[in-house]
Amino acid sequence: MTTTTAEPGTVAPVKQKNKSDVQGSGRLAAVLLSPTFLVLALVVGYPIIDALRESMYQRSNGLDANGFVVKGDKFVGLKNYTDILTGDASHAFWNAFYNTTFFTVVGVLIETILGVAMALVMHQAFRGRGFVRASILVPWAIPTAVSALLWRWVFQADGVANAMIGHQVLWTTEGFHAKVAVLIADTWKTAPFVGLLVLAGLQLIPAEVYEAAKVDGAGTWYTFRKITLPLIKPVLLVAVLFRLLDVLRFFDLPFVLIGAHKDSVETLSMLAYDEASNLRYGPAAAYATILFVYVAVVAYAFVKLLGADIIGEARSRKKTAAKRAKKGPRAAREATA
Amino acid sequence: MTAISTTKAKPTGRREFSAGKALSYLGMAVVAIYCLAPFYWMVVSAFRRPQDQFDNSPIPAPFSVKNFGAVFKPGVGFGRALVNSLVVAGATTLLTLVVGTFTAYALARLDFKFKNIVLGIIVATSMFPTISLIVPLLHLFTNIGWINSYQAMIIPDLSFVLPLAVWNLNAFFRQMPFELEYAAMVDGCTRGQAFRKIIVPLAAPGVFTTAIIAFIAAWNEFMIALTMVNKKEMQTATVSISKFTGAYGFDQPFGTQMAAGVLVTVPLVIVVLLLQRRIIAGLTAGGVK
Repeated sequence: MTTTTAEPGTVAPVKQKNKSDVQGSGRLAAVLLSPTFLVLALVVGYPIIDALRESMYQRSNGLDANGFVVKGDKFVGLKNYTDILTGDASHAFWNAFYNTTFFTVVGVLIETILGVAMALVMHQAFRGRGFVRASILVPWAIPTAVSALLWRWVFQADGVANAMIGHQVLWTTEGFHAKVAVLIADTWKTAPFVGLLVLAGLQLIPAEVYEAAKVDGAGTWYTFRKITLPLIKPVLLVAVLFRLLDVLRFFDLPFVLIGAHKDSVETLSMLAYDEASNLRYGPAAAYATILFVYVAVVAYAFVKLLGADIIGEARSRKKTAAKRAKKGPRAAREATA
Repeated sequence: MTAISTTKAKPTGRREFSAGKALSYLGMAVVAIYCLAPFYWMVVSAFRRPQDQFDNSPIPAPFSVKNFGAVFKPGVGFGRALVNSLVVAGATTLLTLVVGTFTAYALARLDFKFKNIVLGIIVATSMFPTISLIVPLLHLFTNIGWINSYQAMIIPDLSFVLPLAVWNLNAFFRQMPFELEYAAMVDGCTRGQAFRKIIVPLAAPGVFTTAIIAFIAAWNEFMIALTMVNKKEMQTATVSISKFTGAYGFDQPFGTQMAAGVLVTVPLVIVVLLLQRRIIAGLTAGGVK
């Protein structure tokens, strides 16, 4: 508060104020951030670490040397993991691992292509864009569990899906068609969301770029490949990363649409849930930890290999602010911030 | 928000021939049908008479609300489930906003070390698989007798709603004209007063939108509610619907389920449509810029 001769609107005093802000703001930031970090430490940090510990234990139900029933958990080291990866449970695990990976790769691929197509359609729109954009929010707003029931109804033996294709397919029974049903239901719900994100990215591309391409005689496909795609890449990568990590923890949809204990659609989350609900916390924690590591590896690889920049917002903000610095005191303040 | 409005002013290819226009309309129709047809089917199926359930006509011939009556039959306990969902989603939203607003304000307004790392950690936590959190928490809650309690659902819900809210609020706060705050302070307001009288009213729309998005996320949650509760009276709406049973045990009462689905979805859809611009701005805030 030492800026006594502040004239509102000029750059200099604002700058000074900003400097004094920086000195005090470290402590203030710590105070303001601590509640969130406390909550996240309790509801995310603690369970992750506890899962790691728990995955080394098994419920003991044996007798000790004197013939007494031993209660409580018994430390078994990595036995839960070896059981899962190579032992009795390995068939179920590798099957779930394959399903999870299959849904992730195929699902995200279809959703991305459809999402980009939807965004392009909406971007080209002359009128009625508002209506389409509103309708795109409908699948997003429906709870996944309810949408799973809806699709279960559509995919009934005498349901509307079979009536439309004129074929009798028992979609919700074991087999590849169950995977297809899950993929269709998932794509319906999430492709519009990808479309929404990509549309926001498309709208940031200045029209002059396209006009210049047109003047240079570039065709539609060439323009899309050489101009649109590279310019929406940052948004697209973030959308794809969100989707990847979301499908890797797939649970609601296969669980409600097809059901538990179905080899065709069982995912890692479903397997872990099943163990936990049968009070086998040790193996459940081991499954959960493996899934966690899998998700972490995918996220890390994706960010490293493709350079998806989730928090790039903060950095690019500074760049644009610097660009705008010439335009006025407000932008100048942002640039110094 | 700005991104969306700027393109409106952009001259679209007016000189394109009507063939291109027709194609564009066709594309839009396909997108709208894709998004709405399954939802429409849910509504149609809900309004059929139970005995017409397997009728595939696009309009319910004898219009009936019998399915809705079945939803609220005393044995189903759906009214209670709706109340449970309201309590869980409402409390989660409230807690999230109380905690998250301060954090988002600090992230958007203050300059401090490790800011990017802090943001990165908050985003990363929302991407952890829910099951990795549920297993240890289920064990813990079982040991301390919290199974079948509201807090057993609310606390794990925070794990994904809180990062979402902080992220959204952060994006909204960044767009606010903070020079107004400085101006107020120059005019003699204290920092606290400037915050209360200038920032809070300006931030209200962003906070409100975030509240809606957070509420929808918590309202739609299924896995945590399914795991932490085994008593019918404590089930949330999403879990309750998935467990509706037919009169004879084996036949799934799809008509009733669709009716219940309409009941839990339509209020959300209406709110979302009314606030679509704001919600889209909130949803895309993390992805662009």
